[in-house]
Amino acid sequence: MSFIHYLESITGVSIYALISFGIFFSFFIIMTIWACKADKKLIKTLSNIPLDNNQDTN
Amino acid sequence: MIKQKDTIGGITIPEEVQEKLAVERFYYDNKIVKLFAYATIFWGAIGMLAGLLAAIQLYLPGANFDTPETTFGRVRPVHTNAVIFAFVGNGIFMGVYYSLQRLCKARMFSDKLSNLHFWLWQAIIVFGAITLLAGYTTGKEYAELEWPLDILITIVWVLFGINMFGTILKRRESHLYVAIWFYIATWVTVAMLHIVNSMEIPFTALKSYSWYAGVQDALVQWWYGHNAVAFFLTTPYLGLMYYFLPKAANRPVYSYRLSIIHFWALIFIYIWAGPHHLLYTALPDWAQSLGVVFSVMLIAPSWGGMLNGLFTLRGAWDKVREDPVLKFMVVAITCYGMATFEGPMLSLKSVNAISHFTDWTIAHVHVGALGWNGFLTFSVLYWLIPKIFNTTLYSTKLANNHFWIGTIGIVLYAVPMYWAGFTQATMWKAFTEEGTLKYQFLETVTNIKSMYILRSVGGTIYLTGVFIMVYNLFKTVKSGSLVANEAAEAAPFARQMITHSEKHWHRWIEKRPVQMLVFSLIAVAIGGILELVPTFLVKSNVPTIASVKPYTPLELQGRDIYVANGCYTCHSQMVRPFRDEVARYGEYSKAGEFVYDHPFQWGSKRTGPDLARVGGKYPDSWHYNHMLDPQIMSPGSVMPPYAWMLDKQLDTSTTGAKIRAMQKMGVPYPEGYDKIANQDLMKQANEIKANLKKDKIETASTAEIVAIIAYLQRLGVDIKKTDNATAASPGQ
Repeated sequence: MSFIHYLESITGVSIYALISFGIFFSFFIIMTIWACKADKKLIKTLSNIPLDNNQDTN
Repeated sequence: MIKQKDTIGGITIPEEVQEKLAVERFYYDNKIVKLFAYATIFWGAIGMLAGLLAAIQLYLPGANFDTPETTFGRVRPVHTNAVIFAFVGNGIFMGVYYSLQRLCKARMFSDKLSNLHFWLWQAIIVFGAITLLAGYTTGKEYAELEWPLDILITIVWVLFGINMFGTILKRRESHLYVAIWFYIATWVTVAMLHIVNSMEIPFTALKSYSWYAGVQDALVQWWYGHNAVAFFLTTPYLGLMYYFLPKAANRPVYSYRLSIIHFWALIFIYIWAGPHHLLYTALPDWAQSLGVVFSVMLIAPSWGGMLNGLFTLRGAWDKVREDPVLKFMVVAITCYGMATFEGPMLSLKSVNAISHFTDWTIAHVHVGALGWNGFLTFSVLYWLIPKIFNTTLYSTKLANNHFWIGTIGIVLYAVPMYWAGFTQATMWKAFTEEGTLKYQFLETVTNIKSMYILRSVGGTIYLTGVFIMVYNLFKTVKSGSLVANEAAEAAPFARQMITHSEKHWHRWIEKRPVQMLVFSLIAVAIGGILELVPTFLVKSNVPTIASVKPYTPLELQGRDIYVANGCYTCHSQMVRPFRDEVARYGEYSKAGEFVYDHPFQWGSKRTGPDLARVGGKYPDSWHYNHMLDPQIMSPGSVMPPYAWMLDKQLDTSTTGAKIRAMQKMGVPYPEGYDKIANQDLMKQANEIKANLKKDKIETASTAEIVAIIAYLQRLGVDIKKTDNATAASPGQ
């Protein structure tokens, strides 16, 4: 017996997969665009945060 | 900073504001870092020693020492829980408590909370080890600790959360560095996983049944199990990588942009991949396919992270040749890359059909555990201990030796396990020309014994490296003195907020840790909900099989003995729909067979044969003698003897409580059955006793062996009844 019979009994179950794909896809696109477009200076500042503390450690 | 004291962007600041903006002096708490570092080292050694004992037990049954507490089924969960939650757990806290303070330019929110967190976590580990060895286990891998400890874990996790978010909120650095994102995601997700998977009904002070049954339990458990790897062994350690690697190499991470994509992609995708642990099982096909797709997608962010780590060292490879810290890091990150490439490959159904239930999985796991977690922990320890003790490492040479010994140890561990895995798979699946199975299961075990021996040699070598590190760090600590409160200076948060005028939505998130927490929770919860909910929504979520009935009271007691002794660590109860498995074990497993299994016992490893259809296969006396000494019935077997089960008396006082707990979860025992259950229990026990007597075996009907025989003889017979009924009356 296949599970698909039970799944089919949920109204509009196929939308689950589509919604999830939509969320993922749009999030990745937005994230990638932002990451590529982000200000160089800002990125440099951010990536240097751990190194700012050099004087604090021995 | 100083030049901005009077003006910001050309605007003169009023004096009263300037006062507020003065640089503040504060102190980092290194004492708590030291405590977690010591605990990491201590539990690492203990957890690995337990692993070594378990490895030896797999080829030397005598090493089980004939007591329940020292038998493999209980030692193995102690090993896995110790290395995951004690070694890596303390490693996470060590790294987080060190780096978070510096990344936030603030002391931890509360010293009291830090200490409470530390001591309660150690208490959980100690009680966890004691209860597991005493046989109190939920029977769900890596979530074995029983309900009182589950509650304590929740409390400690909340304390850690308050301390972490308190620190983030009082920070002096406006931006949250990417490592902190990984810490936040870890905290949120582990909380969610732990709570969802630990839903259980207690029936005694130390014992409970999983709220879920069969297929649902399996799905929740492996959703948890997989994500325990993802969010306990991976994301926090990636956070550590993003902090300690740039520190050790003294250069920023290769691409911060990549780290952003790495983070979001990883936490989104990871949460979906759990069902790849259940391919070809009775889990619905849609869930299996979902698991495969997302597991394959995981390669992208995982390798993005790995390359980001390795590329950080571009132009600094000369340093890698000299510095043991960087050496450990390079191998750790490489092992991360290897394990995260292999993982998705193992998720492909065709590969999984070969690898699952074999030692290949063990090899895969240990490349991650020994390479990624172990080596990254060692690198952080070698870097951090001299720093907080204001000294230099006692011996770089010893650290380099540790590196090489450890690397050889990993290779000598992994290669035999890969070999054993391939051998098992090919031997299990081999048929003769006549179409019968070529090998008895036992032959497939005895064939790989030498690999098990080699593996324990590899483990010993790796552990030797750890002891060299212990000595080296001990000498380092002796040569310095702890800087318990390390002074630092930074401008207060308010001032820095003004300096960044440019607004951006992502920076809006990253400046707000609470929102970050919420978004992370949404990210992981979407995956979790969409994966789990469909199985729960549908009432009859598993095909019901009319002949499948609840366990009798004696079988239930026997089942609990099976769980308590960790039989699932070596025996699966899941016949996959493959020709060889059906030929070897019988009809493949159906979801409807497990509806009363709280918890499910499908297992993940076949050191011994599958037991899903063992019921009725052998007479009661065979099981009796086999438990007394497996070698009598199966010469060459590596199964530990369970002779103590012959004398140990069954505790029948709990039968009623067990029946009531099952009834609460919908198992259809008749009303009031809990009061008369022991009568049925004794009746069935006396039948087994009489059966054994026919074969000249004298036993008390209340001996544990009788209950375990009852349970084993029940396994898989419900389906056989259906077959018999169909055969008897073909018209139906």
